[in-house]
Amino acid sequence: MPNPLEKINDRVSNLRTRLGGVDLRQNAIFIALLVLITFFAITSPNHASITPDNWSNLVVQNGYILVLAIGMVMVIIAGHIDLSVGSVACFIGAAAGILACRPLEQTGWAWLPKIPWAVALIGAVLIGGLVGMWQGFWIAYVGIPAFIVTLAGMLLFRGLALVLLQSSNIGPFPDSFRLIGNGFVDKANILGHNFGMKNYNAAALVITAVGVVALLIQSFAMRRGRIKYNQAVEPRTWFFVKNILLAAMIAYVGFQLSQANGIPWTLVLLVFLVIIYTTVMKKTTFGRHIYAIGGNLHAAVLSGINVRRVNFWLFVNMGALAALSGVLVVARMNSAVPKAGDGFELEAISSVFIGGASVQGGVGTVTGSMVGGMIQGILGNGMNLNSIGIEYQMTTKGLVLLLAVAFDVWSKKRTK
Amino acid sequence: MKNITMTFPGVKALADVTLNVQRGEIHAICGENGAGKSTLMKVLSGVYPHGTYEGTMLFENSPIEFQNIRNSEHLGIVIIHQELALSPHLSIAENIFLNNEITHNGLINWNETNQEAQKLMAKVGLSEDPNTPVKNIGVGKQQLVEIAKALSKKVKLLILDEPTAALNDSDSEHLLDLLRQFKSQGLTSIIISHKLNEIAAIADKTTILRDGAVIETLDMKRDAVDQERIIKGMVGREMNNRYPTRESKIGEEVFRVEDWTVHHPDDSTRVVVDKATLNVKAGEIVGLAGIMGAGRTELARSVFGRSWGIGISGKVFVKGKEIHIKTIRDAIDAGIAYSTEDRKRFGLNLIDDIKRNISLASLHKFTKRGLVNANEEYKVASEYRTSMNIKAPSPNSIVGKLSGGNQQKVVLSQWINVNPDVLILDEPTRGIDVGAKYEIYTIIQELAAQGKGVLVISSELSELLGICDRIYAIAEGSITGEVAKKDFSPELLMKYMTMTKETTNA
Repeated sequence: MPNPLEKINDRVSNLRTRLGGVDLRQNAIFIALLVLITFFAITSPNHASITPDNWSNLVVQNGYILVLAIGMVMVIIAGHIDLSVGSVACFIGAAAGILACRPLEQTGWAWLPKIPWAVALIGAVLIGGLVGMWQGFWIAYVGIPAFIVTLAGMLLFRGLALVLLQSSNIGPFPDSFRLIGNGFVDKANILGHNFGMKNYNAAALVITAVGVVALLIQSFAMRRGRIKYNQAVEPRTWFFVKNILLAAMIAYVGFQLSQANGIPWTLVLLVFLVIIYTTVMKKTTFGRHIYAIGGNLHAAVLSGINVRRVNFWLFVNMGALAALSGVLVVARMNSAVPKAGDGFELEAISSVFIGGASVQGGVGTVTGSMVGGMIQGILGNGMNLNSIGIEYQMTTKGLVLLLAVAFDVWSKKRTK
Repeated sequence: MKNITMTFPGVKALADVTLNVQRGEIHAICGENGAGKSTLMKVLSGVYPHGTYEGTMLFENSPIEFQNIRNSEHLGIVIIHQELALSPHLSIAENIFLNNEITHNGLINWNETNQEAQKLMAKVGLSEDPNTPVKNIGVGKQQLVEIAKALSKKVKLLILDEPTAALNDSDSEHLLDLLRQFKSQGLTSIIISHKLNEIAAIADKTTILRDGAVIETLDMKRDAVDQERIIKGMVGREMNNRYPTRESKIGEEVFRVEDWTVHHPDDSTRVVVDKATLNVKAGEIVGLAGIMGAGRTELARSVFGRSWGIGISGKVFVKGKEIHIKTIRDAIDAGIAYSTEDRKRFGLNLIDDIKRNISLASLHKFTKRGLVNANEEYKVASEYRTSMNIKAPSPNSIVGKLSGGNQQKVVLSQWINVNPDVLILDEPTRGIDVGAKYEIYTIIQELAAQGKGVLVISSELSELLGICDRIYAIAEGSITGEVAKKDFSPELLMKYMTMTKETTNA
């Protein structure tokens, strides 16, 4: 009979070799997120941080930063930066107000005809694309560093926003327009009825279930594909642990939301964008070219990549996403105001770096940036619930950003 | 310097080198690229600190052990590198006294600085306002600023690495005169140069290095040494089977460049490639031999999608059809591939993995309905890993962690995968060990056997002689000679490679 202690030791070392292929650095950020959620769940009064309503708030309050972070991570991977996104969001918010809100007697835009809210929304995003073309032109074709162009843009578009707003607020917005920032997937719209459930939103439960199943199918399909091509895959144990954890997290959040007002449209938009942009970054030539440019610009040029075109479209894309962020803000606030979007650029940039992107470029992921953004959001939210003042919130967020990047630098040195 | 041995991982850069330089002489050091000249000078000037090499150094009869360049400069040993170490936006005076500023109570005394600068500039024959930014004066005058800077450090031993490589004839002449003049004042100089006519004209003694060892030290006057004699010393290595043998099957012409002229991007009056004409046939390996700065890389990169130079004129033909290339993509699509001489800077995304580096230039082949098939990339990369013998655990390994030879194989795989008609390989074996070199040669020969045209640019003459069917020599931007395999001789090629415009005219 083997001694039980030896047996345990065996098991442990066995597990360790099985987990040997796991990249801890990549997963550290998920672990940090879980730790943070647990920490605030315990410390917040009456466990307020994990109530259904708080989960709902968390998503809606951080949606516009997360949308920005998607564009920002792409810009940063290519080795640029965009400081103008907050001002652009404000500018587009004002433009959306002019397109969608009536009457506008106080601003002098009243002579414009009112257009349907959906057209106004799409128009706002298109204007964002034009803003991106403007900045992309200077960066890609004139060759001015993005830092300068977007620093100028930060002033320029804040100024233009003030011109549009004529030093007043524009609002209120049509109710349908507001749904994207403030509304929820209505049970009646999707399923027709709520199956007699009083405390749960059936649509939220169904969407969550579909989401979990889709995630699992996708993970398994990817693993099968890799095995078919004789590629190394993650250790089986870790694969299961990771996917079950991920599925459980999604199911948990979905379940919580179903007890509140249901799934926010902001979350639907966000999930949609994350799927699209993850695919763009991982599976399209455009995404590959972005990584190649950030990894080694000279090599990218000599491989025949049209670097200017890639840079140009990167900023057009960033402009459109900044516009979407601006739309989310005004839809939620029900008013376009001159201070909207103030400091968004810094929060988006921090999300990206906490999410594992490299200052030198070439490294970063969309999902990482989302987790980075959530870490910041949960920090702020949790500290609010614990009645910690804004002064300490800022101090803490600053330190978290610094430590996250320091950890990244340190772990890179170690692996070298 | 006595018995200096320097070892880098995998390579012995210097083997038991002993060098004696007398006070007040001009001592030239010659050798092919990679012979160890620069390494030796870096040991002497403290770039490589004491302890990284074996052996001893004596200066003015006392042993010296440098920790850094400051130590050696303190004793009056100053090195001027081939790439000038000047700050372009600072003035001449500021550059001369950079990190050696004339200060009083912690503040720079500009009047004294400019006055001292003026004196030093007079010594080197530079008549400019000391406040002129260095970027506004020509390369020749910048070289003089470097020398003035050396003088400001009370130099006793001046080391010049290829001082005339970027200079025109009159600037070179002036510089050599200056060295003679300093010599008469007792200054000792060591000069590294490829321009053998200059060495023959100015040096008192010449030491020839080859493969990190001293071959001989010639007394220029006593032995009546001429250029031929130096060439013989530089190339005289026996050829054993360091190169795989092959039967070449040469077909139709696949690549031709006619009257190709390129100007320097920073100086539109400087002709870097001058009416070069060359061709490569299917299944042929053609060499392009030239010393550094002869215009080899500039020729290749300007042909490859105009990725270097301005004022480009001339014609390019692929498979007999003239092609008009505006971008690198055009060049790739026309069937031209170019692998760079500096794979780390220009060739590879070091933080990415093998498979994505291999697929980068041919990504469209892996793309269906807009999506890249990563599994297919993996499969192709696995095939290259096997066929090219890339030593890495998997196609997912990060390229930056591979050895130089394996990185080079990744670069070659990248370009083979675009399936070009002609491959221009710029220094394909630079910085890799002998075993990996042999493998690279085999790959090059296989490419030729598949009917591709291969143009190999190399500083290593023996390598070109070993693998090529035909070799062009290039010097100062002009093709100075074309040698068929039956006429291969290192002396002949070295003569063409060191042919300067004046000697051509003479």
